[in-house]
Amino acid sequence: MTNAAVEMKAASLGVRRRPHVRFGRLLLVTASLIVAGAALLPLAFLLLQAVQVGWTELWSVLWRPLTATLLWNTVRLTVCVTIGAAVIGVAAAWCTERTDLPLRRLWTVLLVLPLAVPDFVLGFGWNSLAPGVYGFWGSVLVMTTGSYPLVYLPVAAALRSADPDLEDVARTLGSRRALAFARTVLQQIRPALLGGCLVVSLILLAEFGTFEILRFQTFSTEIFNEFEIGFNTPAACALSLVLVAIGLCLLVTEVVVRGPGVPRRGLGRPPRRARLGKLSPLVMIALAALVGVSIGVPLWAIVYWFVQGSSSTLPATSLAHAALATAAYCSAAAAISTFAAVPVALLVERRRTRLSMLLERSTYIVLALPGLVVALALGYFSVRYFPTLYQSSGELVFTYAVMFFPLALVVMRGSVAQAPAGLEDVARTLGHGRASIFLRITLPLLLPGLLAAFALVFLVASTELTATLLLHPTGVETLATQFWAYTSDFSYGAAAPYALTLMLVAMVPGVMLGFWFERIGGRRAAS
Amino acid sequence: MLATSVAAVSAATATSGSSPSLLVYSGQHPGTIEALAQAFEQATGIKVDVRTSLDATLATQLVVEGSHSPADVFLAENSPALEDLQQRNLLAPVAASTLAKVPKRDSSAQGDWVGIAAHASLLVYNTADVQPSQLPTSILGLADPQWKGKLALAPSETDFQPIVVAVAAKYGKAKALAWLSALRTNAVGHVYSNNTAIVSQVNAGQGDLAVIDPYYWYALRDQFGAGATHTAVQFLAPGDPGYVVDVSGAAILRSSKHQAEAQRFLAFMVSRQGQAALAHDQTYEYPLVPGVAADPVLPPWSTLQPDPITAAQLGNGLEAVTLLQESGLL
Repeated sequence: MTNAAVEMKAASLGVRRRPHVRFGRLLLVTASLIVAGAALLPLAFLLLQAVQVGWTELWSVLWRPLTATLLWNTVRLTVCVTIGAAVIGVAAAWCTERTDLPLRRLWTVLLVLPLAVPDFVLGFGWNSLAPGVYGFWGSVLVMTTGSYPLVYLPVAAALRSADPDLEDVARTLGSRRALAFARTVLQQIRPALLGGCLVVSLILLAEFGTFEILRFQTFSTEIFNEFEIGFNTPAACALSLVLVAIGLCLLVTEVVVRGPGVPRRGLGRPPRRARLGKLSPLVMIALAALVGVSIGVPLWAIVYWFVQGSSSTLPATSLAHAALATAAYCSAAAAISTFAAVPVALLVERRRTRLSMLLERSTYIVLALPGLVVALALGYFSVRYFPTLYQSSGELVFTYAVMFFPLALVVMRGSVAQAPAGLEDVARTLGHGRASIFLRITLPLLLPGLLAAFALVFLVASTELTATLLLHPTGVETLATQFWAYTSDFSYGAAAPYALTLMLVAMVPGVMLGFWFERIGGRRAAS
Repeated sequence: MLATSVAAVSAATATSGSSPSLLVYSGQHPGTIEALAQAFEQATGIKVDVRTSLDATLATQLVVEGSHSPADVFLAENSPALEDLQQRNLLAPVAASTLAKVPKRDSSAQGDWVGIAAHASLLVYNTADVQPSQLPTSILGLADPQWKGKLALAPSETDFQPIVVAVAAKYGKAKALAWLSALRTNAVGHVYSNNTAIVSQVNAGQGDLAVIDPYYWYALRDQFGAGATHTAVQFLAPGDPGYVVDVSGAAILRSSKHQAEAQRFLAFMVSRQGQAALAHDQTYEYPLVPGVAADPVLPPWSTLQPDPITAAQLGNGLEAVTLLQESGLL
């Protein structure tokens, strides 16, 4: 039965849309509790360290004049970059999902590629190409062009599954086209957009490598200073708690701005695409400029290194080994994060209670913490309670999954918000069991989101450095750690292939994403 | 499929349980520790696994791991990390025969770590913009107004701390603070995160003068060739606090389960064979055991006349960090 036919049948049976329990609420709550517990381990570590040190010393660390500077820097950077990334992300998503832009699949791949660029490559590229780009405005430019994909991905996934019928209805009721877009489409992508903005702002809090090179002081750079030169773990943890506090403010703000949320209707036809006509070349140029700036600069840096560098006396770890390790760890982590995000997203979108909201919100905190802190925290617990797991592949995968789980959650939330609950109700009245409903109705509806979530976590995890340096299995290097080892020694020529391979490896999920998006749209058109 | 690939990677790194092996946390340059580890394995058959990172990251990791740490040996690029771990009672005493091989002042005063190599800080300058005659002979000269906007500085670099401590020891804290504030003014726009960045930037013309650990200048010249090197290095005046010896040392963790093998490794590091391995392969550091020849590209150790401050006096660098924070550089 097609979706449209199911809807009609539901209407004829007089089935009302009532939010009630689906998929075993207990199952969802238990799964969410486990996920939230894992995500809160870093916070437990910070609190343990803070308790050990005592209030007076913590206060003396926090009450320095530098803290005010850091706070001001953090606030103004977050505001500017989040707005910039939101505007660019939504505009780019609209271009690829709602217009007849040529080469859409290629654009989809290119537009997510900035996520595959490690922050140290980004920083170095900009610093070499344009030494004038540094400080506050330099950081705004670099971070906006580097993080807009975090808004682009969830919004594109949401637009892909959004209902064009609402747009048409708005138009028939007399609204002008632009207004129709603003009211209906923006409303539908609101959860995804706000989720993406939340993720961008949280990631900015934890960002370190780029700011170090661009010479912009934030809490994160200060935390690293405390670890690296002060041997002052308690002070670094105190500053990390400030990041947690700021993260909590952002989380609360997002909840307030998003509001209660409106249940969505179904997905019938594929979306109507706006015809660009004469604007088409202009849009292509604009997108090319965006891609050029965000990927071109780091690519230029890599080419420069190939040309500049010579041999290295460092041990030649095989490029293939490092690539395999990166791909294996990141795929496993992406699968776990995506799998774990489904129950939490379902719980919070379908049944909005205080408990579900609290569980969901608590998992985002980890995104505000630098990777080094998360790794130290997980290492602290595992070396004491699971020593065989310490510095093992499993632990590294778990660390990535915990660090980047919020990314998967944001995408899944946007996707679940689009999947109409009513279809599941109807299936239940027609006699389908819970498992059958989940497999045949919910999962296919969530598929674009699942793929986007997987791709997103994979991309971001592949460039992770600081946590990996702490927890990687001894003797195993990832593309990022090997790259770092070579560049610390001026062996740029040896490092360049690793950076290039990293970007190539990251193109795989990007291509996968573009391919599947097209296929899903085609299948819906046929049904 | 994912599970099998993760398992395959794990299996590839699993060590055999029968032969003993050491786990070394190394903050030294990767080439240096690799040379030592390979030579030791060949000589004794004991496998050495190495984890490379920065001194302080590893020290922090060791502190967080505590008595559950899987590490056996800690090799640091500079002494502050070792002094810090020593203060926290995480190190086991080094065998007296090992300590006897290097000058006493270059090892731990308590005997918990042994120095194996050293380097002395010096000035690097851009040859196109600066003449050797213009270079200051005292580290205090970096604060001169003529260097405003031209000084490159990395306040968070571990190598800078011994200089700050030496300045404070010789001239007093107040003068050191004033000096640091002046450096802050001079280095506006050219504050970098580490020596690697400083050397690259001064070479590129961004900033004309800096004080660094010479390893990075030699490494840069090695990689890019003499033709692309637009910088040169020069020592400060003999005994000047900017002309400081930094000792690279090794220690054994108290929690190690391979104490005997670890002692053998440290003994190897200060043996003729170990020191010779250190002295070559572009490590650009001086072996501390008297009579072992260093890399010929370096000026001979006997010609160096650094400030007499010892590693014990440098401590864990906390004094330097406090001054740097007070001056606003950190």
